[in-house]
Amino acid sequence: MEEFFQQFANGLAVGGIYALIALGYTMVYGVLKLINFAHGDLFTIGAYLGLTVLAALGLTEFYGAVIGVLLVAVMIMGMLAAIGAVLDRAAYRPLRESPRLSAVVSALGASIFLQNLVMLIYGARFQVYPLDILPSTSISLFQVDIPVVKVVVLAASILLMAVLYLFVQRTRIGTAIRAAAIDQGAARLMGIDVNRVILIVFLIGPALGGVAGLMVGLLYGQINFTMGWTYGLKAFTAAILGGIGNIPGAMVGGLLLGVIEALGAAYISIAWKDAIAFCVLIAILIVRPTGLLGERVAEKI
Amino acid sequence: MKNRNAILFILFSAGLATLPPFLNAYWVDVLNSIGIYAILGLSLNLIVGHTGLFNLGHAAFFAIGAYTAAILNTTFGIPILWLLPVSALAAGLFAAVVARPIVHLRGDYLCIVTIGVGEIVRIALVNDIFGITGGANGIFDISRPSVFGLIIRTPYEFFYLIWFFLGVTIVLFHFLENSRFGRALNYLREDEVAAEGSGIPTARYKLGVFALGAAWAGMVGLIFASKMTIIAPESFSFWESVLMFTLIILGGAGSIPGVLLGAALIVGIPEVFRDLANARMLVFGAAMVVMMIFRTEGIIPQRPRVYRIEAIPGEERP
Repeated sequence: MEEFFQQFANGLAVGGIYALIALGYTMVYGVLKLINFAHGDLFTIGAYLGLTVLAALGLTEFYGAVIGVLLVAVMIMGMLAAIGAVLDRAAYRPLRESPRLSAVVSALGASIFLQNLVMLIYGARFQVYPLDILPSTSISLFQVDIPVVKVVVLAASILLMAVLYLFVQRTRIGTAIRAAAIDQGAARLMGIDVNRVILIVFLIGPALGGVAGLMVGLLYGQINFTMGWTYGLKAFTAAILGGIGNIPGAMVGGLLLGVIEALGAAYISIAWKDAIAFCVLIAILIVRPTGLLGERVAEKI
Repeated sequence: MKNRNAILFILFSAGLATLPPFLNAYWVDVLNSIGIYAILGLSLNLIVGHTGLFNLGHAAFFAIGAYTAAILNTTFGIPILWLLPVSALAAGLFAAVVARPIVHLRGDYLCIVTIGVGEIVRIALVNDIFGITGGANGIFDISRPSVFGLIIRTPYEFFYLIWFFLGVTIVLFHFLENSRFGRALNYLREDEVAAEGSGIPTARYKLGVFALGAAWAGMVGLIFASKMTIIAPESFSFWESVLMFTLIILGGAGSIPGVLLGAALIVGIPEVFRDLANARMLVFGAAMVVMMIFRTEGIIPQRPRVYRIEAIPGEERP
């Protein structure tokens, strides 16, 4: 039982990260109906920029661990939001009226570009986060020792998701995002500047993805320029699992995928870890073709 | 029109056939890669270009064909080219079984599921499933193909094998495009509901095209295996599926000349920028974005079908 809780906690921490990345996929998809394949690489950029900022500014020594990391996180969010906006302007906006497949290839191209940009700047080898940033103590829960880092990661991702959820549900901009996701044409007729909505989505999504990158760095200590592929693919799977375009769906999907993966790796086989996630996805899609929380869309004829 | 195409095809083939003696082995090998990607692209083009189904896991079918050939060849010593129908059947059957429950999924859901299938197959190969795939090291000592007693070894010899197969593929797929089956696929892509309403059994056609595309990729897998004589899971990664997908859209979805050009570009661009060393994939990614912005429909898009009306009933012919 002890091992079960241990794995469950691991899964929740990873799941929180998946969920944060998945939110970026799902928001862009909701408004643009585009799979932003470059999102995983924005996450990688977040991890690398996090390392650079941590090393260069030494905020953690100056302000202490908690405030220092918080400041770094805020800076990463700002930088990634800017990069996201540039990405949209350069690679996606010229393709708004084009066939869907062209936009997908543009997204794949942007992904390859960003991934190699990171490699050229930082090199192809693994980079190591300084170990002593967050205290390495553990807290005891249900007779299981859980490292504080994992609790912090999970709590932070849940907090961010809650803020995002309230933002989308309660504010005017959030309402505009939801309206644009339902029907762009109608939203435009109601006086919503859809291009601005898309820009906002491209500010929020990458910002969350970038923080997720920072979290992975703090949690595992090492980062690599190709990790965006794997994490991106998992997060995208999580978004589909929950029902793409649906914000609570991405959160549920992410946490669920993290837990399933951790338990699968522990009890079935670690070598099959990645395959288990996809098997679960396929099984769920066969039963519910639009994901767990996805709405059934009536076919318009 | 028809004759002109045929003449062009024959002239182009003849021109290519005389090319290898003037090139060194390296560039002939580049041409071989282009040929292999072109056949793979054409097989995926049936699914993505003609039918409009998102398939980002085509490398799985390519892998099944290659591994089927490699396993049967190395354990039972069956001559590799005899296994061509077996590889095709194995990949086609696998595709039919896998696609059966998922083929009704909407666009992007299908996309992630095909990615998932591709990854599952790759992981299964790495984990030495059933103890026959050789794990991460793969399978080696696959024998060379032999045609009428002549063993095909050098890149020059492979050039003729691969491009002959490509030529046959082009001719067959050209007729397929204009057949009842091909037209039905295009209709399905443009409007599934209307196609169903006009009496096209959409589910069966989607399944059929998946199986056909996969079978073709399986045969390319066999040629690839016999060319390399060693195959390992990393030759069949997600990246390969991405390349096949990209070359189709870049060249022009649904158009045979487009796919051929796409294959040449996808292999050629990194070769041309070889001097840039590490930066060449950066250029490659940027080129993908720029090309999509300026040629949204691909470089050579599919031409609309033109039907000449010979006679309108009840009217005099002009």
